[in-house]
Amino acid sequence: MSAVTRPGLAPPLVVPAPATVAGPVTQVRVVRAEWTKLRALRSTRWCTLIAAVLIVGVGALVAGSGTVYHVSAGNSAAAGISGALLGVLIAQLVLGVVGVLAFSGEYGTGMIRATLAVVPSRLPVLWAKLIVLAGLVLPVSMLCAFADFFTATAIESSRGGSAISLTDPGVLRTVVGSSLYLTVVVIIGLALGALLRKTAAGLSAFAAVFFVIPIVAGTLPHSITGFTPYLPSNAGGALWGQSATSAQALSPWTGFAVLCGYAVVLTGLAAWQLRHRDA
Amino acid sequence: MIEIDGLTKRYGDKTAVDGLSFVVEPGVVTGFLGPNGAGKSTTMRMIAGLDRPDSGTVRVNGKHYPKAPAPMAELGILLDARSVHPGLSARNNLLALARTAGIGRRRVDEVIELAGLGEVAGTRAGGFSLGMGQRLGVAAALLGRPQTVVLDEPVNGLDPDGVRWIRLLLKSLAAEGRTVLVSSHLMSEMAQTATQLVVLGRGKLITEASVEDFTGHATGTGVLVRTPETVRLAEVLAAPGVTVINDGTAVLRVSGITAEQIGVAAWRAHLPVYELTPTHASLEEAFMQVTQDSIEYHAGATR
Repeated sequence: MSAVTRPGLAPPLVVPAPATVAGPVTQVRVVRAEWTKLRALRSTRWCTLIAAVLIVGVGALVAGSGTVYHVSAGNSAAAGISGALLGVLIAQLVLGVVGVLAFSGEYGTGMIRATLAVVPSRLPVLWAKLIVLAGLVLPVSMLCAFADFFTATAIESSRGGSAISLTDPGVLRTVVGSSLYLTVVVIIGLALGALLRKTAAGLSAFAAVFFVIPIVAGTLPHSITGFTPYLPSNAGGALWGQSATSAQALSPWTGFAVLCGYAVVLTGLAAWQLRHRDA
Repeated sequence: MIEIDGLTKRYGDKTAVDGLSFVVEPGVVTGFLGPNGAGKSTTMRMIAGLDRPDSGTVRVNGKHYPKAPAPMAELGILLDARSVHPGLSARNNLLALARTAGIGRRRVDEVIELAGLGEVAGTRAGGFSLGMGQRLGVAAALLGRPQTVVLDEPVNGLDPDGVRWIRLLLKSLAAEGRTVLVSSHLMSEMAQTATQLVVLGRGKLITEASVEDFTGHATGTGVLVRTPETVRLAEVLAAPGVTVINDGTAVLRVSGITAEQIGVAAWRAHLPVYELTPTHASLEEAFMQVTQDSIEYHAGATR
């Protein structure tokens, strides 16, 4: 580009600028950028580690204590495994932090301005965060859920309980479902962090949705609990036998679809806001 | 090049930037001046597409920046507030930005060295001093070798070595034909670095001029004349466009006419002159004069 000078100004010295090193922004590149951040943050490592310990540890604890689990007409194999996966309910809070922080951490520190200045089209940042979070949580939680299954069943059968196998009805769905549930829950955390921007607000909203509201709803009189199966935690819980509702729980995959619906709506709102609001 | 046309931005009922239009040319360092709250940072955020204008347009290198295919090749920006993640090392902060444009580790290490961050590259940015944070921000702005560089208060918190580094850096970027827009409250620093100026006050353009023209038009620029014949010399010099201030001493302050012209006029009128000294208003004086009416936050009386 040639320099334009103004009257009264000596023409500036123009030497050819070195070729630029910056290429176009692509979704793949933004995913790599987000992975660089997520991987290097201490909070990610700690939360992931704690979640893994919680899932497997609580499972082992449940299997190793109390009465030995015997599969019977009232106690299905899937329900037994669901009980061994109880740690997922606590792990969701820990991993939810990672989800919320993915955006709120950037708003809180101001890094969001640097991030959006280099990706001014903005939406690729949201998709990239979604992809790297799902890419972290899904395999890790899947691994933990299976580790939990094998640990818990080994402990149970060593104590003389029923030997539950992955091929028993609903067992594989329960194990895989707990991991799918966690992944979608973390994405909801991401959307809440993007929408609310403040870490404290995001975490409070997340804890309210997945912890406080289900408990409060559980204390309501039966006549007005018709909505409780549709709460995100109960709808998603239906997939892996953790729907804490006194009303009739949704069928597993319907419930999961409802949970995904919440994630889609919240992510959509986050996308709209990211696109239209000042950074 | 940055072209700003009719830019307006309101926050609630406060108008931060009001119908602003100016052009920042490539090849020179352009200083962006204005009192606190004049709208400089808001304008810079709109240049980077971070804030959406209520009306008006911003073009960076002739393009609408948010639609630029390779943004990091177009614009590198340092914003006033910290915009780094304290939990990431300097290197990872830069790497995360670099990845979006496919910029490799080599270039990241290059800007780390350039910014003098070599020894702390692996340290978490949260522990950085203000000056280190500034260096990191400048390094980020340079990552993509952008055609246009916008820096908000880059020397803020820098040591003398860092200030000198920024001064030389800005000049070399301009010499490479890049567009350089830089804001600073340090007028002496700006006078040494910038050749063009854009001055804002209360969100409006006050003036767009070269540093020479800007200081040349300020009071304080003129000629100091020491003569025993103050009254007669003042009469001789009187002409349209010439101002002569006689404060009753043996010194006249004359503006609108050069020292040479005064000397010749005095010689022709046979009037003795003992001293003839051209004086220049500093950039700071010139700035204070033009922005006096538009200062948002006056310092209160000291108690």
